[in-house]
Amino acid sequence: MVGEIEVKDVVQTFVQPDGEKLTALNHVNLHIDAGSFVSFIGPSGCGKTTLLRLMAGLSKPTSGELLLDGEKIKGPNHSRGLVFQNPTLFPWLNIYDNVAFGLRARKIFKDRKNEVDEYLKLVGLDGFAKAYPHQLSGGMAQRASLARAIIGHPKVLLLDEPLGALDAFTRMNMQDELLRIRKEKNMTMVMVTHDVDEALYLSDKIVVMSPRPAKIEWITDVGLYRPRARNNPEFLRLRSKILKTLNYAGTEAEPEYSI
Amino acid sequence: MGIKKWLPALVSAAAIILQLVIEPNGKHPLAQHDYYLYFSIIIGAVTLMCAAGGIMNKKFGEKWLFKAPFWTGVIAFFAVFDILTEKFCILPAIYFPSPSRILEAIAEDHELLIKCLMYSARLLITGFAGGALAGIATGIAIGFSKKTDYWVSPIIRILGPIPSTAWIPLVLISFPSAVSASAFLIGLAVWFPTTIMTSSGIKNINNSIFEVSSTLGAGRMYQIFKVGVPSAMPSMFIGLFNGICSSFITLMTAEMIGAKYGIGWYVNWQKEMMSYANVYAGLIIIAVLCSLLITLLFKIRDKVLVWQKGVIKW
Ligand SMILES: Nc1ncnc2c1ncn2[C@@H]1O[C@H](COP(=O)(O)OP(=O)(O)O)[C@@H](O)[C@H]1O
Ligand SMILES: [Mg+2]
Repeated sequence: MVGEIEVKDVVQTFVQPDGEKLTALNHVNLHIDAGSFVSFIGPSGCGKTTLLRLMAGLSKPTSGELLLDGEKIKGPNHSRGLVFQNPTLFPWLNIYDNVAFGLRARKIFKDRKNEVDEYLKLVGLDGFAKAYPHQLSGGMAQRASLARAIIGHPKVLLLDEPLGALDAFTRMNMQDELLRIRKEKNMTMVMVTHDVDEALYLSDKIVVMSPRPAKIEWITDVGLYRPRARNNPEFLRLRSKILKTLNYAGTEAEPEYSI
Repeated sequence: MGIKKWLPALVSAAAIILQLVIEPNGKHPLAQHDYYLYFSIIIGAVTLMCAAGGIMNKKFGEKWLFKAPFWTGVIAFFAVFDILTEKFCILPAIYFPSPSRILEAIAEDHELLIKCLMYSARLLITGFAGGALAGIATGIAIGFSKKTDYWVSPIIRILGPIPSTAWIPLVLISFPSAVSASAFLIGLAVWFPTTIMTSSGIKNINNSIFEVSSTLGAGRMYQIFKVGVPSAMPSMFIGLFNGICSSFITLMTAEMIGAKYGIGWYVNWQKEMMSYANVYAGLIIIAVLCSLLITLLFKIRDKVLVWQKGVIKW
């Protein structure tokens, strides 16, 4: 099994526009098992995106290090796929070419050409191959960006609030799709979310983070069997516990899950 | 609904009647033939056929209906111009030749004008192609390399606003022939806006699009040419449009330096001879050429940028 991530004593500080220093991550240690589904939850501004970007290799930690399968993460690479909250598709490419982008960039398109249709089908976009991104709805575009990220068989899929902008219905469909893809393709998934129910439905492990100083507040093993029912009574118990932790964590920043 | 599509033909008919009814007052020099009358009859016939054709072909009919008010205005403008010049001589005759005299200048000089057109076209095409390619290359270099940006951008900001006339002495001694010197001046005029728009297009690309491509396994070169260039394409086209406009302005200047033929040369020469009918003839040809080129570039842009149909309009 591959796709194990180790976060070792990571500190990330930023210099704000006003010149002041801000510690976004303060000595974070974390271990993510290969093949597991881990969710990060916490009020906005507590460093979730920062942590995910470090795992992707898009930025370098101020101190500490991150490892993938024992090797230091030095920069972005196709072994760690990334899906943002907004789909960020390439607007000048149609959906087929968007999904095929990584294969072409790595010059393996010829060998794996037939997989493009397979992945389009996997996310339910067969029939939209020729469409351009601006012709798709938000949910469809997000599914296309998911297909684009997983077609390269990343060891780890990093998801930064990937379903946040979707309506409740599409959202539930996409959640099931994520689980199906994970089962089929066997990859580690790390997701940032605002939605406690979503985290409970999907995750093996939930990491609750708190802001200022940004750190990990609590890690819980969900430990429920799959497939899970959305109305599992055990959810309620865990849910209130997470909310309590979040409330405590969010004494300064209003948590965003309470609408 | 009915009358709008017939308006251009109706106004043409009115223009023809006016020309037949109103006698020239004699102060304005007359052309050898009634060129404007013949021209109006042709235009009247063409607009009549367009309106009739629109009834047969629905798609063409809609296009024609959209354009009809514009052509009505153009035809009316020339009719009024004719009245102000040839018919009542209200405008000074030297500087405002009648439509008939402008058409006469085109008819009489058409061989020379075609030759000039060829010369100018060659100059424009070489200058434009060279300037556009150099501009796109410089723009990409500035957009992606901080070092190039640091050293080249200030130079562009200083050189850009200098009018091309100022370069003439320098260019004349540095180039082997007048043609190459003129082509260089036109290239310079195209290079400047193309560079600016290409580099600013690249700098304005949302960084997340590069980040996503790097997590998909794209290397630096692949990112530059497969992500940066297509993203900056809309902005690049704006630069090229500006380039076409400034290349036509520069053509006039460029053809002042030792050119033997060329539309710009023709206009300058006729201006010195005070034959303004010929000046206008040359200007009309330049305007038509310029608008044809812009239309062509529009067509190319619509092909290249199908993906942004309905996203950005300008
Ligand atoms: N590039 C950056 N420069 C300066 N400050 C940053 C930068 N990226 C993030 N921050 C700050 O770090 C903190 C954590 O941000 P982020 O990781 O985006 O939070 P979250 O994703 O949990 O909402 C925020 O206060 C944010 O303003
Ligand atoms: Mg975030």
